[in-house]
Amino acid sequence: MKPCLVVDDSRVIRKVARKIVEDLGFVCEEAGDGQEALGACRKAMPDAILLDWNMPVMNGLDFLIQLRNETGGKKPVVVFCTTENDMGHITEALRAGADEYVMKPFDSEILESKFAEAGLV
Amino acid sequence: MSQLAPSKFEYLCREVRARTGLVLGPEKAYLVESRLGPLARRSGFSAIEPLVDAMMRGDKAILTDVCEALVTHETFFFRDKTPFELFENVVAPALKTARAGRTLKIWCAAASSGQEPYSLAMLLDEAGGPKAEILATDMSGAVLEKAKAALYSQFEVQRGLAIQRLVKHFDPAGDAWRVKAHLRQMVRFEQSNLLDDFSRLGRMDVIFCRNVLIYFDIETKTQILNRLAAQLADDGYLILGASETVIGLCDALRPVEGHRGLYARAPGKARAAA
Repeated sequence: MKPCLVVDDSRVIRKVARKIVEDLGFVCEEAGDGQEALGACRKAMPDAILLDWNMPVMNGLDFLIQLRNETGGKKPVVVFCTTENDMGHITEALRAGADEYVMKPFDSEILESKFAEAGLV
Repeated sequence: MSQLAPSKFEYLCREVRARTGLVLGPEKAYLVESRLGPLARRSGFSAIEPLVDAMMRGDKAILTDVCEALVTHETFFFRDKTPFELFENVVAPALKTARAGRTLKIWCAAASSGQEPYSLAMLLDEAGGPKAEILATDMSGAVLEKAKAALYSQFEVQRGLAIQRLVKHFDPAGDAWRVKAHLRQMVRFEQSNLLDDFSRLGRMDVIFCRNVLIYFDIETKTQILNRLAAQLADDGYLILGASETVIGLCDALRPVEGHRGLYARAPGKARAAA
């Protein structure tokens, strides 16, 4: 099973997302902010990262920019998953190296569709 | 089924079938209840039965509303992927060469709220041609209005649509997203029922008619396929849904080998009068 890292400061969202992502055949790890996520990636690069934007300590965009500069950091498919739903945020995320973008609220159907678009399922 | 007398249920099924082709049997009672309950309340009736009574008294507006509520309008951008890959990799290149610059005529039959024709417009835009006119028809005026407006909710633009395509082909419009003007201009919408004569629509190079024949009985399927074949250019293509086929129903069409869901006119078959 492919590893997926779920990064969100909300435990509730992590739990919901984890359940959906596991149903898609991934094995999940969780991180509560960008710094924690970076630590997890340095230990083992996941195949997929589901990434919130607004988080304490290090936000999703800063995490993504750093990740792409790490050794092996180009490998994970990064799917943003955030309440930011304007064109400016979306294009900024894509420029920083995001592969897909989910606007919250999401459900299993949307996550599956976006994981498919990103070539993950 | 809640308290709808069998005779009234039969009347409802008969009327809906005559108008839409949709086959409703007793096993679809749950569908009737779940779709017509809310309609009855919205229309000021206490239950489904008085709604059907109004139909029986000849209220045409209620009949239209009932048909629209019972027909499935389910669709999303690039639904099922394969038909769009077929269009992009097989159909468009073949016709681009054959038509040598002439505008292609594409027809999305039962286009619902417009996601299918707009998906095709996106593909044509991305490939830089061939030049095409897309006609999108549906029997439901309400879904066509939505299709023409080309406004889609955040939920709708996240089903089947890659984020790069959202950025490239849509403008933000408040909480929703609107298909860009130059793509909207590629698509023309018209109300048309597959059960009625559609020969006035003219000859088509490509016809998409997906996930609609499944709702019809064999006789209706056969009749519609024969009339679709009559509209199709000699070297045109018909694309059906994954669980639909012409085999055993229509001799004028044949499956295109190696491409599931793609059909062409059968060689040597006289064209039926269109």
